[in-house]
Amino acid sequence: MKNKIFKTCSEAVADIPDGASIMVGGFGHAADKPQHLIAALRDQAAKKLTLIMNGAGVSGSLGIGALGGVPFTDEEILIRNGQVAKAVCSVPASLVMSKPGAFEKAFLAGEAELEYVPQGTLVERIRAGGAGIGAFYTPTGVGTLIEKGKEKRTIDGREMLLEFAMRADYAFIKAYCADTMGNLIYRGIMRSFNAIMATAAKVVIAEVERIVDAGELDPEIVVTPGIYIDRIVAAPGEVKP
Amino acid sequence: MKERLDRQTIALRVAKEFPDGAIVNLGAGIPTLAANFVPEGKTVIFHAENGVLGFGGVPANPEDEKPYYLGANGLPFSALPGMSFFHHADSFAMIRGGHIDITVLGALQVSEKGDLANWTFPERGIGNIGGAMDLASGCARVIIAMEHVTPKGQLKILKHCSYPLTAARCVDTIITDIAVIRVRKDGLVLEETAPGWTADEVQSLTEPRLTLSADLREIEL
Repeated sequence: MKNKIFKTCSEAVADIPDGASIMVGGFGHAADKPQHLIAALRDQAAKKLTLIMNGAGVSGSLGIGALGGVPFTDEEILIRNGQVAKAVCSVPASLVMSKPGAFEKAFLAGEAELEYVPQGTLVERIRAGGAGIGAFYTPTGVGTLIEKGKEKRTIDGREMLLEFAMRADYAFIKAYCADTMGNLIYRGIMRSFNAIMATAAKVVIAEVERIVDAGELDPEIVVTPGIYIDRIVAAPGEVKP
Repeated sequence: MKERLDRQTIALRVAKEFPDGAIVNLGAGIPTLAANFVPEGKTVIFHAENGVLGFGGVPANPEDEKPYYLGANGLPFSALPGMSFFHHADSFAMIRGGHIDITVLGALQVSEKGDLANWTFPERGIGNIGGAMDLASGCARVIIAMEHVTPKGQLKILKHCSYPLTAARCVDTIITDIAVIRVRKDGLVLEETAPGWTADEVQSLTEPRLTLSADLREIEL
């Protein structure tokens, strides 16, 4: 059987080409971000990337979502490094208006493209992509600028918008522990987008705190079955931005 | 200047809206503070969209804080009996699927029809939708907690929202630093005023016409 374990994050992201689409997991907290993979991609320097994520790296440098407000590494380092052509996300702008983030500066300067997606629609589009569903109707966004250009239909007396599934070339996800088969378990709020993005990319790379032998994880508590995972890297702890 | 309720007191009034057993999602800002004021004898189950139900308050002892026990507001929470974790697809299935009873959100503008604008304003050129559109359109009841007017004195309760909408006709109740207002089919009903405020004074800071409740009273705290 193919060995899924990579020794370093650099090796795990080495083949990502310019122009790739990449899902980056997590809600936006230090504990749910694949920080080492993001840092490795910065060093690898692929350009013209499309990033699909909840927030465009808007909390890491502010330390929002980290104990003690300590800054951590998130997507913003890729934007600062000029690698991102487009963001598909629900939170593109800084959470603190007086401290604008790298993405909003790039977007307002016309240097990056943005597709707004409400958070629940975003995760459902990814879920659908991973589940082989082409599209779905949702009430979220009706009567707002999100409905622009979208098919609208009344179902059970309620207006809904047609939203299409989404997949990517790569997904970076964070979990607590993997076994050698790629089965994953999480801790606390780490599941977030990670457990969903794990299903929806051609190459899914999991950054975990530790790797154990197959058989050591209780199958009753596995959250992400190993068939979704292509590459596993043990990279404990955080990366200073 | 007349005295207005401070943010903590607005949150205290918000928490009185929670029935025993309610499942509640709190937005950032004043809404977050309402978690501290659940009335004694009532149990409220809090939902955070980053994947947790039934969590408790910020741990009393900082040593008990865990990096993976952080809510959508970025604050550490403590474990309560019955707490559960789940991924984002489940979290928003709960929201859209009508499994969350109440969401409390902040607002930039609210219209007399209950339209909500709370994610951006045109001058910013960008904004954060986050989970607000799902929460506002999916939760059974939407309560707005906010200051009645902007720091510059601009009205926020309007006939029509001029800012981009979060959701149309979604707001049920508006709780501000000077009033409690219900959004009803035929318009806005003023139910409570802050101590020292008259209905006329609240009306002067509210663009649409307020109907006075037969039971108009001072805000109950």
